[in-house]
Amino acid sequence: METTSILPLLILISSLIPGTLIMLLREDQVPLRTFLNLLGAVAKVGLVGWVFAGYMRGEEYSFIFNLALDLTFALRVDQLGLFFAALSSVLWLVTTLYAIGYLEGGQHRRRFFAFFSFCVTASTGIALSGNVVTFFIFYEFLTLSTYPLVVHRGTDKAVEAGRTYLWYTIGGGTVLFLGVVGLFVTAGPIYFGQTEIIEGLISTHSTQLTILFFIMLTGLAVKAAIFPLHGWLPVSMVAPAPVSALLHAVAVVKAGAFGIVRLVYDVYGIRIADQMNLLTPLAIFAAFTIVYGSVRALFQDDFKKRLAFSTVSQLSYIALGVAIVGFLSTTGAVVHLVHQGIMKITMFFAAGNIAETYGYSKISQLNGIGRRMPLTMGAFTIAVFGMIGLPPVAGFVSKWYLGLGAVEAGSYWVVLVLLASSALNAAYFLPIVYRAWFCEPDQEAVPLLSSGRLETKALLLIPVVVTGLLSLAAGVFAAVAGSPLSIAREIAEKLYMP
Amino acid sequence: MTDLPTSPFPAFLVGLPVLLATLSLFFRARGKAVVGLAGSLLTGVMALFALFEVTRRGTVIHILGGWEPPLGILLRMDPLAAVFIGMTAVVGIFISLYAWRYFRAQEATTGGFPLFWPLWLFLWAGLNGLFLSNDLFNLFVTLEVIGISAVALAVLSGKKTALVAGLRYLLVAITGSMAYLFGVALIYGSTGTLDLGLLGQVLEPGTTTTFALLVITLGLMIKMAGFPFHFWLPPAHSSALAPVSALLSALVVKGAFYILLRLWMEVFGVSLTYAAGQLIGLAGAIAVIWGSWQAFMQTSLKLIVAHSSVAQLGYLLMIFPLLILAPGVTADSADWLSPAWTAGVYQVIAHAFAKASFFLSAGIIIMALGHDRIESLRDLVGHMRITALAIAIAGVSLIGLPPSGGFMAKWMLLKGIFLSGQWWWAPVVLTGSLLTAGYVFMLLRLAFAPAREKEAFRPVPRSLEVCALVLALGSFLIVLPADNLIQFLQSGEVFGTGIESIMEGGAHGND
Repeated sequence: METTSILPLLILISSLIPGTLIMLLREDQVPLRTFLNLLGAVAKVGLVGWVFAGYMRGEEYSFIFNLALDLTFALRVDQLGLFFAALSSVLWLVTTLYAIGYLEGGQHRRRFFAFFSFCVTASTGIALSGNVVTFFIFYEFLTLSTYPLVVHRGTDKAVEAGRTYLWYTIGGGTVLFLGVVGLFVTAGPIYFGQTEIIEGLISTHSTQLTILFFIMLTGLAVKAAIFPLHGWLPVSMVAPAPVSALLHAVAVVKAGAFGIVRLVYDVYGIRIADQMNLLTPLAIFAAFTIVYGSVRALFQDDFKKRLAFSTVSQLSYIALGVAIVGFLSTTGAVVHLVHQGIMKITMFFAAGNIAETYGYSKISQLNGIGRRMPLTMGAFTIAVFGMIGLPPVAGFVSKWYLGLGAVEAGSYWVVLVLLASSALNAAYFLPIVYRAWFCEPDQEAVPLLSSGRLETKALLLIPVVVTGLLSLAAGVFAAVAGSPLSIAREIAEKLYMP
Repeated sequence: MTDLPTSPFPAFLVGLPVLLATLSLFFRARGKAVVGLAGSLLTGVMALFALFEVTRRGTVIHILGGWEPPLGILLRMDPLAAVFIGMTAVVGIFISLYAWRYFRAQEATTGGFPLFWPLWLFLWAGLNGLFLSNDLFNLFVTLEVIGISAVALAVLSGKKTALVAGLRYLLVAITGSMAYLFGVALIYGSTGTLDLGLLGQVLEPGTTTTFALLVITLGLMIKMAGFPFHFWLPPAHSSALAPVSALLSALVVKGAFYILLRLWMEVFGVSLTYAAGQLIGLAGAIAVIWGSWQAFMQTSLKLIVAHSSVAQLGYLLMIFPLLILAPGVTADSADWLSPAWTAGVYQVIAHAFAKASFFLSAGIIIMALGHDRIESLRDLVGHMRITALAIAIAGVSLIGLPPSGGFMAKWMLLKGIFLSGQWWWAPVVLTGSLLTAGYVFMLLRLAFAPAREKEAFRPVPRSLEVCALVLALGSFLIVLPADNLIQFLQSGEVFGTGIESIMEGGAHGND
């Protein structure tokens, strides 16, 4: 058995404790709150880095204790989990900075930052969960901690969106619960990576396992926003920009996508899942969602809504990559977990900056915005190129691997889907870029906030530039050791080892 | 039976609250409350000591006055009884603390309801007596004590709605008792004994036994508001004063369930069929769906919470189909018995904590607003953070989200359902959860919404909010000692047993 280590727990605590403390502060204790927030965020990035380095040296970290009766709480570090934890923690740090700037002077900031910390705790908990039960606990915790953020503005529209959000996610959670209990009863407490358990049961329990797979997949597909369970995502866009950025680009939707990755690779095992013909329906739904999300995005004038439908589409790349058997497509799926996150968060930051600085939330208002906010729109443009799949931005790498994987597996229709999606991505993103850079501004726009010589507040500007550059770097340096791609390749290699 | 160790605790658990209740009657208003609160704390601490005694020595008995049964009365405290008594003590202590502050805050306008205290102590004595009773007639007496004091508590406010609901409650309680007593008479007539342990051995299957089982079950179902006899509960529980609502929902209905469980598992095994288990499970399933749906449709907080009790009690009935095995299945091979029992016990305890907390929160809101229409809960988070948090936490446990006590109950129930292959109950459990989420989040949604017009939230003592929060947290904390708790329960005789049902053709399996 591996050595027990408190480090995985510390990674969770580094945001849980600041969150709890922030809850206890007064609303006006801003410096202390900001300090706690940043301390937690930096500590989390540092801890994840520390654990990553240790893991690379061959150390193993796990924290397991018996919660009650047959429920075991298990945190276990593996490469895939660390990959997701690194994404969450880095983007949390960036988004915390952004949120401090974005919400300056707003109401209920104590509540906001407390729940914000809780939801990152949940998302790193999902990343580091060692078994199905622990995953489920954090999956539900994520639902609860994000709800107050969705309704944060407190308007009727926000509250209504919160209701939709809850029906979807609680419904999905309930379905997942059914599957988790069923799996527990059939196969016992499965730790991620113990695919031999299902393999041993397949001859006797084939039907149950097939049904359970689809039950759990349905539960996960809600958060992963796979058609027809995606309805909550565009509606939730009423939340403040940092929430849309972190939650609806990274934490919540990735929890679903990551869950699907875990389910297929680390619970059932890709060979068994393929052998039982479980993957074809997933591929079909994912492919349809990719096209559907893009088509819907075409018709949105609301900037954040267009981004939301684009998220629906882009997320299913991950599911699609999972559904195709092969080293290359697995690499594509895993690497897209990170690539989609950094590109989409850049876009949401940019949208938030424009809305904060000039009050524009519609695409038709964006004429000439690039001249006023060159850095913001520059980062946005990089992300757009990535989404379309132009080299050398991160998104190109994902699509390249997915496409190669599809060819390798002989699924040529997937290549068609990818091409169609790229064309659609270009069709709904390029007009924004065109308006921003090449159209004359309609009227004289007056900034809503004074920001000195910068195009907007520094705290809003730095995050978008950082993530924009990250999107570029992830593509340019894809071949370098330690890049997301190299890690994704290692993960995929281990999965396909004989 | 008599070779079990004797202990004075069972006698204290009944005698002490009766004594203190009587004592408090000699005092005037404020004095009653002082004696009452002191008595509650004393009784609670005593109960926890008794629980400790049982964990140390195992099942203990007390023979009242030295008269051996069948002439005298024997009180028997086994692990199951000890757990119920312990739960009553913890929940009871916090409700008492709350009641003390709650009534004092209203003393000027209402007189502070001093009669609450003796009635509550009598009720507590009745509950302890019920958990400790070892014969059918004592159970009847304790049921009556509970029923009368509960009705009196329910009408304490003197409001018209409470009186109407209380009168109905009284009629129902009497009907239930009469049905139960009728069954007891039949049993006594055919066997000549009332002792539970003895009955378990001598009771023969036959028309009389079956009929007695039927009327006794009917009586208890009426008392625990099992579907279709649930109609009296929402008005009675919602119209009572907040601490009373909490007592009625968290503790009183559990008494009838406790007897039902004990009698089915220990006494009437010979007459129970697989179909009987399925039937009572069906009643539970309908209660889960119907009660949750009704709760979802209400517009006042206390009615939501009261209807929710109907649903949550339904989950309790759903363990019976798992405990009564299909013909041909032996108890040794049924690996779902332990999960089913665990589900039952956790549902009882988690609901007691969560529901008590919920009703106490409702009381706080009524105190602040003067009414409990949920529309007025807008911006509750802004005005009463702790109460909002208590509602959220208790609500999460009711829904059954991890890692709450309610989650433990649903996890075990679903596990039992899958292991036994009775998968048809699974959708009920899930639908119930979803509907519960529906009404809990309806409340939370409003709590986060901005106020339309300035609602006049009057200030409320912080200690009341803390009581509600502590109970809500309790519904989570009870998961932590699960291993010890279940191990302790398994050291008793009844926990984990199943009924091997009668084979077709009338022959019955051995016990």
